Amino acid sequence: MNKISEQILNELREVVQENRILVKKSELYSFSFDASFGEYLPDVVLQPQSKEEISKIVTIANTYRIPVYPRGSATSLSGGPLPTMGGIVLDMSQYPKAISIDKENMLAIVTPSVITASIHDKAEEEGLFYPPDPSSSHVSTIGGNILENSSGPKGLKYGTTKEYVIGLELVTPMGEIVRTGGKTVKNVTGFDLTRLIVGSEGLLGVVTEITLRLIPKPAHKMTLLASFQSVVDSGRAITNILSAGVLPAAMELMDKYCIEAVEHYQPSGLPIGAEAIVIIEVDGHEASVNEEIDKCSDICRSFPGAVVKVAKSEEERVKIWKARKMVSPAITQLGPTKISEDATVPRSKIPEMIERLHQIRVKYDLNLVVFGHAGDGNLHPNIITDKRNIEEMKRAESAVGEIFQAAIDLGGTLSGEHGIGILKAPYMRSELGPALDLMKMIKQAWDPHNILNPGKMFPQKGQTKVVLTQNE
Amino acid sequence: MSNTETIEALHKKTYDEVSQCIQCGYCLPACPTYASMETESASPRGRINLVKMAAEGKIDILEDLKEPIDLCLGCRACEVACPVNVPYGSILEHAKETIHDMEVRGKGNNRFKDFALNQLFMKPKSMKRSSDLYYFYQKSGLQKVARSVNLPEIAVKDIGAFEKALPRVPSKKYQIERGKRYPAKTEKAVRTVALFLGCINDAVFYHVNYYTLELLRLSGCDVYVPKEQNCCGALHAHQGQTEQTKKLAKENLLAFEEYEVDTIITNAGGCGAILQEYDHLFTEAKEWKAKAKAFSGKIKDISEVLCSLESLPFQERLDAVVTYQPSCHLNNVQKAGAYPEKLIRQIPGIKYMELPSKHSCCASGGVYNIQQYEESMKILGSKMTEVNVIEPDIVVTSNPGCLIQMSHGINTYGEGQPESIHLVELLARACGIKVE
Repeated sequence: MNKISEQILNELREVVQENRILVKKSELYSFSFDASFGEYLPDVVLQPQSKEEISKIVTIANTYRIPVYPRGSATSLSGGPLPTMGGIVLDMSQYPKAISIDKENMLAIVTPSVITASIHDKAEEEGLFYPPDPSSSHVSTIGGNILENSSGPKGLKYGTTKEYVIGLELVTPMGEIVRTGGKTVKNVTGFDLTRLIVGSEGLLGVVTEITLRLIPKPAHKMTLLASFQSVVDSGRAITNILSAGVLPAAMELMDKYCIEAVEHYQPSGLPIGAEAIVIIEVDGHEASVNEEIDKCSDICRSFPGAVVKVAKSEEERVKIWKARKMVSPAITQLGPTKISEDATVPRSKIPEMIERLHQIRVKYDLNLVVFGHAGDGNLHPNIITDKRNIEEMKRAESAVGEIFQAAIDLGGTLSGEHGIGILKAPYMRSELGPALDLMKMIKQAWDPHNILNPGKMFPQKGQTKVVLTQNE
Repeated sequence: MSNTETIEALHKKTYDEVSQCIQCGYCLPACPTYASMETESASPRGRINLVKMAAEGKIDILEDLKEPIDLCLGCRACEVACPVNVPYGSILEHAKETIHDMEVRGKGNNRFKDFALNQLFMKPKSMKRSSDLYYFYQKSGLQKVARSVNLPEIAVKDIGAFEKALPRVPSKKYQIERGKRYPAKTEKAVRTVALFLGCINDAVFYHVNYYTLELLRLSGCDVYVPKEQNCCGALHAHQGQTEQTKKLAKENLLAFEEYEVDTIITNAGGCGAILQEYDHLFTEAKEWKAKAKAFSGKIKDISEVLCSLESLPFQERLDAVVTYQPSCHLNNVQKAGAYPEKLIRQIPGIKYMELPSKHSCCASGGVYNIQQYEESMKILGSKMTEVNVIEPDIVVTSNPGCLIQMSHGINTYGEGQPESIHLVELLARACGIKVE
């Protein structure tokens, strides 16, 4: 698979500092994976230090038709940065970090290697707020967040990453350095290329600078934990709250299998025996927060057998969220391999989706637990398995296919925040139909030689379902 | 053992452990070498994956795995950051053991390793030899000692760099006599404990042991100092010398067994951590494992015990700005990281300033700073930048390795200011314990 001859390597040496060219076997293997599945060796790892370097690298890649795989912190759950066809891994995590907060215009201008949480911190220092909060935000780079359009619990009220990106600088797949959007929230000058790049999973360009919109920091917040005797009740409670005119900052749901896993792993005071729990957080001005949390409590309590606990102190609030954060470590105790999906449905369909998921759990006899950002219909069905157990992995593959089908049947989508990458590519046609061809045409126009992140997002020939065991 | 057998053995030892890693990357921000070396292969996630690749036979153990493993400090901050409790310390030691065994077989054994660990720290029965070596060092210098055992020139040069970082120690009369019971200096003894001396503290920093003993007595403890105790074996374990570690562990288990105490005091995070994990060493020998479990349960850092006794007789105001560089093993393995800061804050007159990177290793890492001098100095350099911003009068540490490293940092990057001392020395000053 060696795509890079000594001659090409020499050309790259003219562009990239010697210590930023990694070719040792130990390095190549270290850039062969992300937080999803599979292991793909690149031929070389480059750590560019300027947009000019990136432009030249991409130009060389075009000349010799070498795939280029941009990579941030590689926390992707869908295979976004995996060098599936070898070639160059462009390690953007070591790109120079710069972050400046423009308080007057309420903007943050950052380079792609900045860790998302440091944007949260810097904004907060100025009394401002950058809401997108993927659970990996203390590790992930903002570049990765932008290109995967990732989000977290706060997506419900504040929207996802795309709502906050108003300007970009990028290197196109042909090596040009261009700017899209700008520093104004309103901007209707031409096609909205900024929006196109956000969530493009690195297929359309290597982002080198990002202008983010910030909002004022909410002054107050309150949190409650409600348990329900049926999943349907929990789903209704969520929709009732939203239709009562309350828009919580987060509404997190956990099913009974999650609750059991958490309590088994580290007792956190969750109600064993409940079919589902929902954590609700409201934020804003103190008076309205108090009013809204009461409204949420009343609505939850109106369901038979529902129990509501409102956090009375910051300590109690933290404790509630800690139970939510325990989910990931708790469920991995059930097995070493976690297949984390993010199929999303219109929120009115949540009870139905959870029921479908529980049926899939029984049908394929798998450890499938459900939690997620229920307020925006973004569920995380997680299958806990062991990738060394090929027979079970095959069942998991079929289950994953059915999860996607269930989401699409209910009017939802394959991915709410993790991205398509390689894991969901086989299902793109079934959701998008002919729209997929439009996307392919855009890719073809931007990247005629298919240099940037090839093998992602679009199904490969003859691919109809995910295969999780191919690389083992 | 053939190559294939070695790979199989590594697989058997650690494959289940490495398979626990979900590659989420949450360990990356916690890793000091990932920050300084700027590549995934220098991160915990990267190293775990490489061990896995080696166990699968995809990469070569000596060619590909050794370097990234050697470059790990073993601070174990990644374990605290890990959301799924991957036993990184155990994976690291299995990898080191495998590498060490292969090197020994291939006669590529690192001579420094042999010198430092077997000559200097592995002493039969009594610890007397190390203080003799120390005496030799005081007369002739560390470099001469190193040269006398034919170390490669590069190691000699790097050892020499630490020469000035070693303290001027008080008279030998403060070296603790073993096999004795030291009664509490309060009206009534409230607790009976045993003291673990450690080899470096006993040989080079015996004033630290003396202060530890005196603080315990002033706080109402009767203190036993078992005679036959030996080096804890941490450095051997970190170098993959598992057999030697076990040997030392057994000596210590026997040495402390006869004393009926519920607490064994340590004053070095590095020692405390391995002593607390002695039971991991004995997988098959059930009898030893049981002994080790009982022993490990008793290990407590001096700071934790002094905190819980709440009876330090502070006598003097120390008007000084103090910062603290924690021992990683005290924080990440012993999980007793909060106690030293709590004690510092109790001292009358002290203005305590937190080091922003206090959760990150100083890059002493046992003998890492000698074996990987340049990488270690990069990390120490950024640590010292923070120290220099605070401009403290005193940098407190809680482990002899950290103490040497921070002193070296101060000599190199801080023009000899401030002073660096062990926590017990600071407490001793505040309690009016004097040595000449």
